[in-house]
Amino acid sequence: MAHAYTPGLKVMPCTLLKKRRLLPIPGTVLAQMGQEVDALDVVAQTELPGKVFSVNVANRLAVGPDEIKNFMLKGEGDTIKKGEILAENKPLFKWFKTSIESTVDGTVEAISPVTGQVLLREPPKVLPIKAYVKGRIVEITPNFGVTLEAEGTFIQGIFGIGGETNGEIAVVVSSPDEDLAPESIKENHKGKILIGGKHASLATIKRAIEIGVNAIVVGGIHDRDLRQLLGYDIGVAVTGTEKIGLTLIVTEGFGMIPMADYTFKLLASRNGENASVSGATQIRAGVMRPEIIVPGFPKNVTECKKDQGRGWIEPGDPIRIIREPHFGVIGTVKSLPPELTVIGSESHARVLEVSLDGGEVIIVPRANIEVLEK
Amino acid sequence: MSKKDLEVIIATDCGSTTTKAVLIEKKGDTYRQTFRGEAPTTVEAPFEDVTKGVLNSITEVEELSGRRILDGERIITPNEGMTGADIYVSTSSAGGGLQMMVAGAVKAMTGESAQRCALGAGAIVMDVLASNDGRADHEKIERIRQLRPDMMLLSGGTDGGTITHVVELAQFLKAADPKPRLGASYKLPVIYAGNNKAQDQIKEILGDRTALIITENLRPTLERENLMPARHKIHDIFLEHVMQQAPGYPRLMKMVGAPIMPTPAAVGTMTEKFAKANNFNVLAVDIGGATTDVFSVFSGVFNRTVSANLGMSYSISNVMAEAGLANILRWLPFDMDEQDLRNRLKNKMIRPTTIPQTVEDLQIEHAVAREALRLAFDQHKALAVGLKGVQQERSISDAFEQTSSGQSLINVMKLDYVIGSGGILAHSPRRTQSMLMMIDAYQPEGVTRMAVDSIFMMPHLGVLAQISEKAALDVFYHDCLVRLGTCLAPKGLAKEGQLIMEWEVTGSDGSRQAGELRFGDIIHVPFAAIKAKLVAKPVKGFDMGAGPGNRVDADIEGGIVGLVLDGRGRPFNLAKDHSKRRDDLNKWYKAMGMYPV
Repeated sequence: MAHAYTPGLKVMPCTLLKKRRLLPIPGTVLAQMGQEVDALDVVAQTELPGKVFSVNVANRLAVGPDEIKNFMLKGEGDTIKKGEILAENKPLFKWFKTSIESTVDGTVEAISPVTGQVLLREPPKVLPIKAYVKGRIVEITPNFGVTLEAEGTFIQGIFGIGGETNGEIAVVVSSPDEDLAPESIKENHKGKILIGGKHASLATIKRAIEIGVNAIVVGGIHDRDLRQLLGYDIGVAVTGTEKIGLTLIVTEGFGMIPMADYTFKLLASRNGENASVSGATQIRAGVMRPEIIVPGFPKNVTECKKDQGRGWIEPGDPIRIIREPHFGVIGTVKSLPPELTVIGSESHARVLEVSLDGGEVIIVPRANIEVLEK
Repeated sequence: MSKKDLEVIIATDCGSTTTKAVLIEKKGDTYRQTFRGEAPTTVEAPFEDVTKGVLNSITEVEELSGRRILDGERIITPNEGMTGADIYVSTSSAGGGLQMMVAGAVKAMTGESAQRCALGAGAIVMDVLASNDGRADHEKIERIRQLRPDMMLLSGGTDGGTITHVVELAQFLKAADPKPRLGASYKLPVIYAGNNKAQDQIKEILGDRTALIITENLRPTLERENLMPARHKIHDIFLEHVMQQAPGYPRLMKMVGAPIMPTPAAVGTMTEKFAKANNFNVLAVDIGGATTDVFSVFSGVFNRTVSANLGMSYSISNVMAEAGLANILRWLPFDMDEQDLRNRLKNKMIRPTTIPQTVEDLQIEHAVAREALRLAFDQHKALAVGLKGVQQERSISDAFEQTSSGQSLINVMKLDYVIGSGGILAHSPRRTQSMLMMIDAYQPEGVTRMAVDSIFMMPHLGVLAQISEKAALDVFYHDCLVRLGTCLAPKGLAKEGQLIMEWEVTGSDGSRQAGELRFGDIIHVPFAAIKAKLVAKPVKGFDMGAGPGNRVDADIEGGIVGLVLDGRGRPFNLAKDHSKRRDDLNKWYKAMGMYPV
């Protein structure tokens, strides 16, 4: 059987998911093995060292760097409050006195007799890691965090911005090829995850931010709108830390592209339920796609299938074309000719024949399709 | 085994996505690349062992060649009949390559020297810290904390000079307490290559917190750079620390017969060997999906830069952000809506493995490639400079020609050879496309030979050159370089249609071509002879390398494309008028036979 490796985005009614929730630096694990956790429960936390600020004491007191120790009122390791005097000179006449106050609350990290600088460090900040998805702890990584397991609907988007959030799913369009209009977003959508159709405009996204919507999931957006929203062009697809007031997930790509019917229907079947979503996307090295996770089974599903990503395609597979001139078109693999074929650009490429809904058959490079993994 | 006994060599390059193996065999007196195989790189989950991809790629070579090279997971050495190889060598850029942070006291002096040192060693420089880099101290400390480099290079001050700045940088480094990218449990390697007078203080500050290695100052005096000792230390640490932490590398290191090199360092080595062997000024570029590496050797001085976010897939959107939409659109011979272009480029970014199916889409990628090549070249020119801060003695005559220190070493009139590699240049449907993209991006002047490395073999040959320079150069000439031809571009400006040069070319095979070049035209002359003699007679005001109006006699090369006579003038600018620009592009693309009509 002819086959080719073409990974696609996962759109699964129910699957068993594992999520690793780890701290960036060692800390304390708070959850127990086997414990059932809610999405917002803190499972581990650590202290991030505080920011460091420098004070050039030698310059400010007009003394040599090796002399500053004589003028320091605080030593290395001492705590200090903002406004408290760190160092001062001892002139004969007190009106020549210069005092240097600390600009931060914290501790004295270092006093250098070479540079004449004093480094002050702010107190550490607590960094908690939440469970993010409702599930059960199945593994503890000592000092770093946990792995949790959950069964539920799992849908990957192609691109997103903004970090992890949670909320109730609210489908606000009647079909996957409907535009998500600003006026469709109401006050009662605050804190929810809105499912749109083919496109969300800048006005729509701004309206959602204003209302306090937690996330928007939609087929496509225009890059120009994204630029205006962020104030800069995203150069490399490493996202998830943007702070624009909501998380945005695009399921198909850039432009006005109806959400895949299967994805839309699956999301609609979970309308009103709580979901965990993340916009974090990383395309290079260790690919990460944005995701929507809804714990539990959809109403009409009784069995939770394992992720059976085959890693190849076969005739009969549903696919999505992901490049011009048929960008966004969905069809079925008809055949996979093994030989290299000259395509319109004159490149020699491996291709496949795709049957479209109307019965038309087109030739597409294998690199330009992705399997709709169900 | 002595070097002269090398007859069969197996070499691999472990890239981020693909591991490529080549078999090199001695045929008579000449080494030739005979078979190649490739397999997906297996550094990441679920495999997490680079040797799996290496063995798979070598297995493909075994199948194609009929030679048995592997005994289980061991390379059979030496070769006997159709079994084994005399040596196995490898390069690696998998897992993001070698990532470094460098620091120097003054940004334009030791900061720049440290950057050149790390880049030449094959590293990606994540950031350059300097006392005068415009950032507040706490911002510098925060930046050190955020980045997780594989190692750090700290320099600053000339030997015996002031130590204040470099000690300050060391204190910031200590306060930031940076962690290495791989292996959370080991200390970050820090190479100190600064003022020798500060070594004791540096030891005192960083000795406990970091894995500190002290070496010779990379800028002992303002007038001299001494990059090799620090570069050697970078390679040592790359092998001893970084590679040891990467999945499967400790095993790979036991398999090889020579130290593993970072891929860009190997490409740099090959570029240098080629330039030296021919006494050429060479520019080599590797434009990938995420990054663009530029290597140059001018007057014997080697430089490398890496533009970490200029590439044709993962970084394509960043090319748009840095070049601007207008600069991409200017290369298109048809109208296109800005929003459409934006969306298309973003869609390529999020689905980086897709390929252009239509000519229009191909032309868009070629437009982006020109801008990526141009921007990476600009960055290269800015770093491939003479030493800054050097005192110059000036005579009265110099007063009329005020040259500052730190001028770029790159002179496109003196450029002899351009080598392109990377998918967009190596696998263009028509070779004329590769050649014109490079001409448009680099705007070479005078006589410039051009080639592509069609299967990106320079890494394998660079690491092989450490063992056998002859084997590396033999394969480089015969199997690696695909000669495109020569670009002849008179420097100067005139009115459109005006005669600017008469030319005549006689090939070693006796073939002869001659003609006239007029301003604003491109003439493409198919010419395959490997060696040829050129006589170029530019008119007054036009320079082919011997001064305006002077005749030039030169040895040139024909190739798959042949000769490209570029009469668009230098400096070359596209017409500002929209329809004129489009007509010009169509005229030039037609002259080159660039795209199907």
